[in-house]
Amino acid sequence: MKTTDLVDNQYLRSDLPDLRAGDEVKVHVRVVESGKERIQIFQGNIIAIQGSGVAESYTVRKLSYGVGVERTFPKHSPAVAKVELVHRGEVRRAKLYFLRERTGKAAKIREKRES
Amino acid sequence: MAQKAIVGEKVGMTQVWGNDQRVIPVTVLRVEPARIVQVKTGERDGYSAVQVTYGHQEAKKLNKAEVGHFAKAGVAPGRRLVELRLDSVDGFEVGQEITVETMLAGERVDVTAVSRGKGFAGGMKRHNFAGQGASHGNHKHHRAPGSIGSCSFPGRVFKGLKMAGHMGHEQVTTLNLEVVQADLERGLLLVKGSVPGPNGGVVIVRNAVKAK
Repeated sequence: MKTTDLVDNQYLRSDLPDLRAGDEVKVHVRVVESGKERIQIFQGNIIAIQGSGVAESYTVRKLSYGVGVERTFPKHSPAVAKVELVHRGEVRRAKLYFLRERTGKAAKIREKRES
Repeated sequence: MAQKAIVGEKVGMTQVWGNDQRVIPVTVLRVEPARIVQVKTGERDGYSAVQVTYGHQEAKKLNKAEVGHFAKAGVAPGRRLVELRLDSVDGFEVGQEITVETMLAGERVDVTAVSRGKGFAGGMKRHNFAGQGASHGNHKHHRAPGSIGSCSFPGRVFKGLKMAGHMGHEQVTTLNLEVVQADLERGLLLVKGSVPGPNGGVVIVRNAVKAK
């Protein structure tokens, strides 16, 4: 238990799926443009999870028109409306930075078969 | 000086989300209600301040002088006696409680505490000296300060020259921190940014003297 828990606990979200590196997710981001709020979906693979507690964050990588795009979200951020788990990935390491050097089929993560 | 001040203990740093959904780094301070034990005035004491205590202290842990001091004020003994210097002590009475609600969210404050002791530190750590080369024939002088003066004139090292020595464990004040939240119920004060001293250290929070 951390001493700052009495502040942190009220900010922790319990509505999120259990996220792991390699998972493909749809992150529903709240975007405020000219006073109006809309939801934007960022879909990609989680390539890293950093930090712990209220400061935990994850990095999602996707390919957009052939260009790799990475976005890091604070896990408990209220700016994220919802996180949808598309499917789990079969990976052997916690940080998937090697995907940055790969393209095409080599950059694909195998889907994990739940038994 | 300051119009209002409170005393607290540093709990640690964490982060909260602001209204714009951005992360605000905050330091959590535990501020228990402070009971005024003595009011010091310019006429009698030469300066104006309130002496406060907070928390609870067992009677057997007090010496007779302290017992007498608390008894005279008619205040329950607390963990520490802390003096809060103020511009004016008008409206402050012995026995009165100062709570965290003295500070309002959005207000600017200064936080004073004793910084973490670093022990005997060299010039690089203590005064941000650049040190010397790692190579080019350097031998055992990588973190040395370099020259500390001239030759036979002046024939001495000037006073006050920056050199190695004791670092830290001194009173440090961080100016103009923003109060993010003042929670009376839990006795917590959240200020934006960092605060001197270790977790558990005593901090004095007063309204900012250089607020714009």
